Amino acid sequence: MNDFTYHAPTSLDDAVAALRGAEGGTLIAGGQSLLPIMKLNLAAPTDVVSLAGVAGLDGITDDGDSVTVGAMCTHAQVAGSATVQGRIPALAAMADGIGDAQVRNAGTIGGSLAHNDPAADYPAACVALGATIVTDRREIGADDYFQGMFMTALEDDEIITAVRFPVPSRAAYAKFANPASKYAVAGVMVADGPAGVRVAVTGASGDGVFRMAEMESALGDSFGAEAVAGMGVSSHGLLSDTAADADYRAHLVTVMAKRAVEACG
Amino acid sequence: MPTVTMTVNGMERSGTVEGRTLLVDFLREHLGLTGTHVGCDTSQCGACVVHVNGTSVKSCTCLAVQADGADVTTIEGLANGADLHPMQEAFREHHGLQCGFCTPGMVMSAVDLANRDSDPSEHDVREWLEGNLCRCTGYHNIVKAVQAGARAMGGGS
Ligand code: FES
Ligand code: FES
Repeated sequence: MNDFTYHAPTSLDDAVAALRGAEGGTLIAGGQSLLPIMKLNLAAPTDVVSLAGVAGLDGITDDGDSVTVGAMCTHAQVAGSATVQGRIPALAAMADGIGDAQVRNAGTIGGSLAHNDPAADYPAACVALGATIVTDRREIGADDYFQGMFMTALEDDEIITAVRFPVPSRAAYAKFANPASKYAVAGVMVADGPAGVRVAVTGASGDGVFRMAEMESALGDSFGAEAVAGMGVSSHGLLSDTAADADYRAHLVTVMAKRAVEACG
Repeated sequence: MPTVTMTVNGMERSGTVEGRTLLVDFLREHLGLTGTHVGCDTSQCGACVVHVNGTSVKSCTCLAVQADGADVTTIEGLANGADLHPMQEAFREHHGLQCGFCTPGMVMSAVDLANRDSDPSEHDVREWLEGNLCRCTGYHNIVKAVQAGARAMGGGS
């Protein structure tokens, strides 16, 4: 890992200033995505700006028809939150399935979303639930936020402060996890919420999260596992790697969608 | 170069590090606390698990500067003199180790679980130990040790 200058600002303004003043600066939240890629020299920032000391990025609040999760909330906090468990149990369960216990103790929702790993779980939850990504300067709808592998709508010096999830009437996430990494080989979140039925898939495509329009309309007509069980998914554009080839991933998308719908109850 | 100060096993410790210095390297190289091991250096194996502010983390995937000001507990901080911590005692009693390489991380991870759940089921233990790999034991006795250790701790460390 190359060395870098470390910054520990206590306000968003100072964090933005540190990023702007750096030749190649990056933010660190829990570091569970960033540090591994820095060890591989896939990222070699000149400056690393920590958000750990910035006030106001933690906490989970129940806003009635939505739940707001602070960007620095760890996966363990989301999984263990009585508010999330009560209002959006699918989100708590999804967070409880990320990585392992120690990764969940350190990794954060904001860090995961800023990184946008194509096999991460949170993108599927955000897209299916129709979440809003709140930053230091604006609000971005999930459909606009994710822009392909490791690409997001964030500007270079923009900082996620929170994520707002509308409360669905029912939702569930089903993941076929890579046994070594726990990342999704294919993960499907199904949500029946204010914006109708939404089905979001992660892990299957190198371009990251995508929606399954055909499944959404079938479930909108008749919400039940049989609506998606026989639905073939094209393997065109899906990932092939040592874990699974594209045809297998396409098959998994259907199976995970069916399981998620069943788990919606 | 940054200076870090943290409470390690109840004692205030300081050192000058590089930004990139990992917490595990600070503990092992700067403080000589070599009980915390490095197996993979890629967040997989859990040999490096320590507690930071009371929760278990992988110290190979944490910068020393991120732990500045924190309260850190390593495997060396568990025993009380010659008296083993109940979780350590349970690992001995139940033969939860063979070569011992994974053991410090296993024990630190297990203590975190026991602090949350004083009577975890076998399933709970196996799920919790997802991020702790052992190449010797086959896990069976580790799981028994963790359940016994958690009960012996009775909901506190
Ligand atoms: S050395 Fe840290 S997880 Fe393996
Ligand atoms: S006892 Fe040898 S690796 Fe676990």
